[in-house]
Parts: sequence; C-alpha cells; structure tokens
Amino acid sequence: MNQINVFVAIIVITLVLLPFLKVKWKGIVVFTGIVLNAVVSTSFVIPALAGQTVEFILKGSLVTGDVRILADAISAWFILIINFIFITGTFYALFYMKMYKEQKNNISLHSAAFVLLYSALIILCVVQNSLVFLIAWEIMAVSAFVAVIFEHEKMATLNAGINYLIQSHVSIVILMFGFIWVAIKTGSYDFQAITSYTSQNTNAVGLLLFLTFFIGFAIKAGFVPFHTWLPYAHPAAPSHVSGVMSGVMIKIGIFGIIRMISLIKADYYTIGLVILVFSIISGLYGVMLAIVQHNLKRLLAYHSIENIGIIGMGIGTGCIGLGTNNYMLASLGFAGGLLHVWNHALFKSLLFFTAGNVYQATHTLSIEHLGGLIKKMPQTALLFLIAAIAISGIPPFNGFISEFLIYSGFYVWMQNSLLGQLMAVIFSVLALVLIGGLAMLCFTKAFGIVFLGSPRQTFHHEVKEVSFLQLLPLYFIAFFIVVIGVFPQFFLNVLSQPVHLLVNIPQGTSPDFQIKIHETLQPVSFAVWGLIVIIGVVFGLRKIVQSRIISTTGPTWGCGYVAPNQKQQYTASSFVRSYSKLFKPFLLTSKNQKEPEGIFPAESDYETHIHDRIEKYLIDIPISGYKWLLGRFVFLQNGKLQFYIAYGIIFITLIAIVPIFYEQIMVFIEFIKQL
Amino acid sequence: MLSLILIIIASTFFTGIIIRVKSLASGRKGPGIFQPLKDVARLFKKGVVYSETTSFVFKIAPTIYLASVVMAMLVVPFGQSKGLISFNGDFIFFAYVLALGKFFSIISALDTGSSFEGMGASREALYSMFAEPAFFILMGSLALLTGYTSFHEMFAALHIGSYITYALGILGTFVLMMVAMIENSRMPIDDPKTHLELTMVHEVMILDNSGFDLGLIFTAGYLKFAIYGALVVNLFIGLFPYQFAIPMFFVIQVVLATGVGLIESFMARFRMSHNAQFIFVLTSVSLLIFFGALLIIGKFV
Repeated sequence: MNQINVFVAIIVITLVLLPFLKVKWKGIVVFTGIVLNAVVSTSFVIPALAGQTVEFILKGSLVTGDVRILADAISAWFILIINFIFITGTFYALFYMKMYKEQKNNISLHSAAFVLLYSALIILCVVQNSLVFLIAWEIMAVSAFVAVIFEHEKMATLNAGINYLIQSHVSIVILMFGFIWVAIKTGSYDFQAITSYTSQNTNAVGLLLFLTFFIGFAIKAGFVPFHTWLPYAHPAAPSHVSGVMSGVMIKIGIFGIIRMISLIKADYYTIGLVILVFSIISGLYGVMLAIVQHNLKRLLAYHSIENIGIIGMGIGTGCIGLGTNNYMLASLGFAGGLLHVWNHALFKSLLFFTAGNVYQATHTLSIEHLGGLIKKMPQTALLFLIAAIAISGIPPFNGFISEFLIYSGFYVWMQNSLLGQLMAVIFSVLALVLIGGLAMLCFTKAFGIVFLGSPRQTFHHEVKEVSFLQLLPLYFIAFFIVVIGVFPQFFLNVLSQPVHLLVNIPQGTSPDFQIKIHETLQPVSFAVWGLIVIIGVVFGLRKIVQSRIISTTGPTWGCGYVAPNQKQQYTASSFVRSYSKLFKPFLLTSKNQKEPEGIFPAESDYETHIHDRIEKYLIDIPISGYKWLLGRFVFLQNGKLQFYIAYGIIFITLIAIVPIFYEQIMVFIEFIKQL
Repeated sequence: MLSLILIIIASTFFTGIIIRVKSLASGRKGPGIFQPLKDVARLFKKGVVYSETTSFVFKIAPTIYLASVVMAMLVVPFGQSKGLISFNGDFIFFAYVLALGKFFSIISALDTGSSFEGMGASREALYSMFAEPAFFILMGSLALLTGYTSFHEMFAALHIGSYITYALGILGTFVLMMVAMIENSRMPIDDPKTHLELTMVHEVMILDNSGFDLGLIFTAGYLKFAIYGALVVNLFIGLFPYQFAIPMFFVIQVVLATGVGLIESFMARFRMSHNAQFIFVLTSVSLLIFFGALLIIGKFV
C-alpha cells in the first residue's frame, strides 16, 4: 500500500522537476527516478517470487469500481525484467542523448515520456481492473509514441510514429472490445470476472474471448501478421528507446497473453495450437525478412518478431501441455518461453544499444556503408558479437538455454502423442531449427559486414569508440547473458514460482519442477563448462606454441590479384544473394537498375528495396482502397462556405424530422436488437 | 570414454584413406595414410602470417572451431558405453555446439575482407542452415522410436523392437553421411581439390589461415569426419559386445572413408546454385525416416 504511494509520488516529483532543470540534470533526475521506482517495485514483488502473492484492493472511483492490485510471480518476473532493462537503458541514454543536448524542450518532453512509459509498464503488470488496465495501456502507447518521434524533424520518423500510434490504437480497440464483452455479461471490470465468465460458459466462448485478447496483445507483441508497425518504429526511435521497446515493451503483449491464459478457462489444447501456429509463422517470417534488410536497426526489429515467435512457441507448447495434462511438457514450455522473454530482453537491448553506438560514431545505420568498425570500436564490436551469438541460440550463452528447454518440450510432447500431434511437433522442430540456422546467417552477415573487413566508405569525421561510462551498462547486460548461459539453474529456480502458477500442478501427482529442471539442465551446464574449459585449453596450447614461432603480417591473399580495394569486398547483399534468390517467393524486392552502356560507360547504379509482403496485402492495399473510396466523396469538402452552411441546414432539417418517422425508427431498432 | 578414444584413432586415418583411395583411383600411388597427420604436425611448427585487415576474431576463430568439434565429440557414445557427457537432449547440444564453430569460421572469413572468402562464408552459412533440419528430424525420429532423447539411450534401444529398424539405419546412414559431407565440404557439395577459388566453399574460407591456426582447422576437419562416422556406426551396433563392436567400428569407418574417396573420384560436384535445393532434399529423406518410425510404432492408424 505504502509502496504504491511512494511509487506514484516519485513519478509525480520527477515529472514536475523536469521542466525546471538544465539539460544535464534532466537525464540524471530521470535516471534517479527510475532507479528509485525500480527499487520500490522490486521490493514490492520480491515476496511474490518466493510464493507469497501480494494482493489488496485500492478504493477506485465511481466509474472503475474497486481496483484490485495483484503482484503474483508472473508479474514479478516481468517487473524484474522491465526494471533491469530500464535502468541500463536510462543509464545508456544519459550518454547517448549528449548528441542532442541543444534541443532542450524536446529532451524535456522525451524524458517525461520515458518516465511515463516505464511507470505504465509497471502498472500494467500488477493492475487487475480492466478499465485501469486500458488507461495504463493508453498511457504506455502514447508515451512510447512521443519517445519514438524524438527526431520529429525527419519525415520518416514521424510517419513511423504515426503508423505505430494507429496500430497500437487498433490494439486498444480490440482489447476494449474483449473487456467490455466480459463487463456486459458479468457486470464487473475485475479480471476475476473473466475467469468466472469463461468457466460458466462453453469452450467456444472462452476460445473466442481468448482470440480477441490474443489479437489485441499480438499487435503489441508483434506476432505476424500484426507486426507491421515494428520495423518502422524501431529504426526511427533513438537507440535507447528501441532497446527498451524491443526489450520490454513488446513483452507486455506476451505478458497479456500469459495473463489471459491463466485467467481464461477454455480448451487449452486449441489455444496452444493457435499460439503455436502464429508463433511458427512469426518466427520464420521475421528472420526471413531480417536477413535481407539493409538498415541495421530494421534488421534487429525483424529479429524481435522472430524472437517473439520463439517465445510464443514456448508458451504454445506450455498450453498444449496444460490441455493434455502433461505437466512436464507444460513446465518445459512455459519455462522456456518465460526464460526467453528475459533472454531476448537482454540480448536485443544490447544489440540495439551497440547499434546506437555505431550510429553515434558513424551517423549511419546502413549496413552497406559500414565495415571494419572492429578496429575503431573494439569494445562495441565485442559486445555486439556476444549478443549476436546469444541471439542465434548458440552455447555457451543464454539464448541456447531457453531454446534447449523449448526443444526438450517438443521432444517430450513427441512421446505418447497421436499422429496429428506428431505432425505438429515435427513441424515445430523443423521451424525452430530453420529459425536458428537463418538467425546464424543473419548475424554472421550483420556482424561480419558492419564490424569486420575494411571500411566500405570513408567518413569525414573521426570514428571513435564511445565513452566507457556509456559502455558500462552494456557490459552489465553482457555479464547476464554469459551468466545465464553458464549457470542457468539459478534463474530457473527464480522461474519455478511463475511456472508453478501457470501450470498449477496438482499436489503429489508430478515430480517437482525444480528437481526436474535441475535434472534437465545440470548436464547441459556441465557440457557448457566443458566447452569453455576446452576453448581455454586449446587457447593455452596456441599461446605456448605461438610464443616460439615467428608471426608476421601481410596483405590479405587476393588469389594472385595484387591491387584489391575495399570496394571489392563482399557486401551484405552479396553475402545473402543466394539466400534471397532461394527465398524469392516469400520476399518482395524491387530493383532500380541503370546498367553501364557503351564503350565509355557513364554513371550506372543499382539499388534494391525490400518490402514486406504481408504489409502490402494486409495494410497497404486495403488502405489505398479505402482512400480511393473516400476520394469519391471529396467533392463534399470543396472549401466553399455556402456548401458547408447548406450541410448544416440539411443536418438540422434531418434532426427535425426524426419525430415524424419515430415509429419506423423504433421498428428498425427492434429489428437490430433481435439480430 | 571409449568412444572418445575410438574417434581419435579413427580420425588419424580417415582422411588419409580418402586421399589414398583417390590416388589409387586416378592411377597414382599416393601418400601414406598418415600423411594428413604429418601435414598438421608440420603446420604446428611453422610461423604464421596474419592479414593486416584482420582483428582478434580471426585469431580466436580456429581455436573455437576446434574446441567446438572436440566438445561435440565428447557427447558421441559408442554402443553400450556412454559418451563422456550424456544427457537428455544431448543431440541438440551436439548440433548447436558445432554451430558455434561454424559461426566463428564464417566471421573469421569475413574478417579478412577478401571477396573470395566472403563468397565461401556466404555459402557455408546457407548450406549448414539447410543441413540442420535433416539432422534434427532424424534424431527426432529415433527419439520417437525409442522413447529416449539422448544419443546413448536412443542408439542402445534402437534395434530392440524389430529388425525393420535396420532399414531406417541405412536411410539414417545416408542422411548422416550427407550431413558429414556438407559439414566437411566434400563432394558432391564442394570440391576441396578444385583449382579455382570461385568454386570452393570451405577451402576458400581458410585461404588466409596459416601455421598453427591452419593446423587446428585441419585437425577439426579430420575429427568431424570420424565423429559422423562414429554416429553411423552407432546406428548399427546397438548393444553388441565389445569384441564385435570395436572391429565393426573400424570396418565401418574404413568403408565410409573408401566410399567418400570413390565418390570424389568418380563424381562431379553439383552445380553450386542447386546445392541448396539438394541439401534441403535431405530433410525429406529424414521425413521418410520419421514416417518409417511412425509405421514401426504403429501410430499410422
């Protein structure tokens, strides 16, 4: 209770202070505010992780009714993730935003939006009243919009921001529909009403309700085909915002889905299959488009879609486990999904922050223009490399652990299941393997082209490593990436409570989650430690041998060609050329080409643009049809005052004649009611 | 532990036999079977030349590549005796730890800034991506058939039920050997002895490696062959007693090496642009194995 007052007080004080401070202090106040609130919220939820759910009722207003606050283990898990990413992100922003220190007012607005975004995310995790939930959701959406359009003098940024704003409002409309549906039927805005409503009704009603919520939350989470805002918003936003958005904001969609799973009582097997299908499509589609992107942050944005797919696979298998009463499967699935939420938050924010460093140093994010940055920015390169290996799901880092759990889930599901389910398993395995392989292709490209080789373009300004303090939070994130990879047990112990809550294991029927997970992961850790030891041994041998032999440097072997220049290097597009030829049916590439002609060829150029096929069919074509339709009525808006007065008169007349047709209108209304 | 020793022994002669068979097939006497080992020993003593373009990635990559292969070797069992590390889902670890090595060999090729090496890296990344699903479905089918998820238990329980499983073993051999060919960049996917850098995959990626590092990469290559050979052996030996199993191990390894040598002597490399499709076909062969497994356990009702 007190903690909530303190939490709100800190937000208000921070927001009030912001306009009165100098630019340098604004950032520090925001950071302090977020750290203080992180301490408050963490201390609030820590008991929940130990199994003691914190629950009480706040006196709400006349409209909302009583507002129930509930911090269970699931909200605790998400709140911890949000806190961690926001603290590191804000610390990073203190230095990243130095580029913009001239824009005082803009920074005030941005800082306020950032604080509000953080607070809204925390509130969303604990509030159990749908009206308050929707208000917090709206605050989150709008503050994220303001945070994204920081560089609003750029048209592309503004477009991306508005695209995001509209889509997140579509999401709100759908969520509102779901909540109002329940409220009409039960008369209560409390989340508990969802449980009571669905348990009293048939499975079909529960499933439909779940689907409504799923679509609403999926827009936020970025499941294909509701992902189209993501690849615009992430590159447009400043790097710390993209990191935070991709790291935790889209996870609130996942949180919503998980919350609904625990609230809605329906056929979990079908729900699981639905989630699994969406996830497989998201995972594959996300990574397939990521590979061909030219913009580093856009590439990372598509990877967020892919990782949401992986998280979804975990949650989907978990639900299937619930539906088939296979508690082992359910625990593995949910544990894998929830752990991947944390893992993805870590490596994706690290990738976005390092991409921000690259942008800060070179002022470009176009992969084709970069190269050889590892010489100028070795620390950034190393951090990017760690995150790249982790996101490809390769040991010894954290991505492998969560993917391993999901794989184990799949192979557990395989035992004792029938033909139809077996086909589902085998395609899920196939999808996860392909996602892993494609992610490796994508990140060898991203790392190799951006950081390795020689520079593809000379910059007119000095390219140098960012300051140590700016790198500090990044090292902190990287530390966790390594620790989760090497000692996953500790984190899975923390996860045991959330998973217990979701799986709801009946007492004494099934082996304890902690013991079982321990059995599953202990040998994996041994193997990972073994790997590290072997790397160390081979490296030691190499050191010993190298000390005795002569080591010289020379130019790269050009296969006999003596004057290679950096323009002849493999580019990002050429690196993935055979891939993009093979996957042509899925990609939508437009080419602009002017070939060299004649004996003395003049300038020639070649450029490709990658479009999103789903976006084209789902968003662009309907919108242009809609615009065409509205365009037919443009004659109404002709700018002549006389016409507008005439419209007014027509409208008043229509109102005036309503009573005359009262009977007919009532009949019509009755007719609609009967439908 | 036994498997570890056997694999190391097999790796000493596997590549030598391939080279010897190729020489004999082309009418030459050829080098001794242990020539590859001598090559590596010589490389270990030589000095190294690093390209000016490269960074620390290029220097650590061969180390990690070899370490990943060694680690993968530790989880491979031999009949009744477990691998040094054996756990549920160890084949997932096996595939992913090899991916670590591949990741580093790809970025180390890109580190040189050479267009040839970039080309090789691009192909390697694409091919290995396509090869992985086949391996996972094969292992999935075995897991389904036996009800276990670790290499050791799966292979041990494979032939307990019926003899039809040997048919699956043969299909599995095909898949594993093709995966081995892709992993080691041999014919028909890649021609290690081609004279043109444009048509190489693996060889072109290591153009700039020299001395000790090159030796590590070669060693890793020899080990990889023996590892996949050992997996193939495991498909057949089941719970045979050691006095039969160990000779069988060497016989199968020699047969496989000879087979690789013969294929390389009498076959042309596939068209580079069609390689990816060809590799993906392996996945459908694995799906055949999966359906075979379904038939055997009677899930096709």
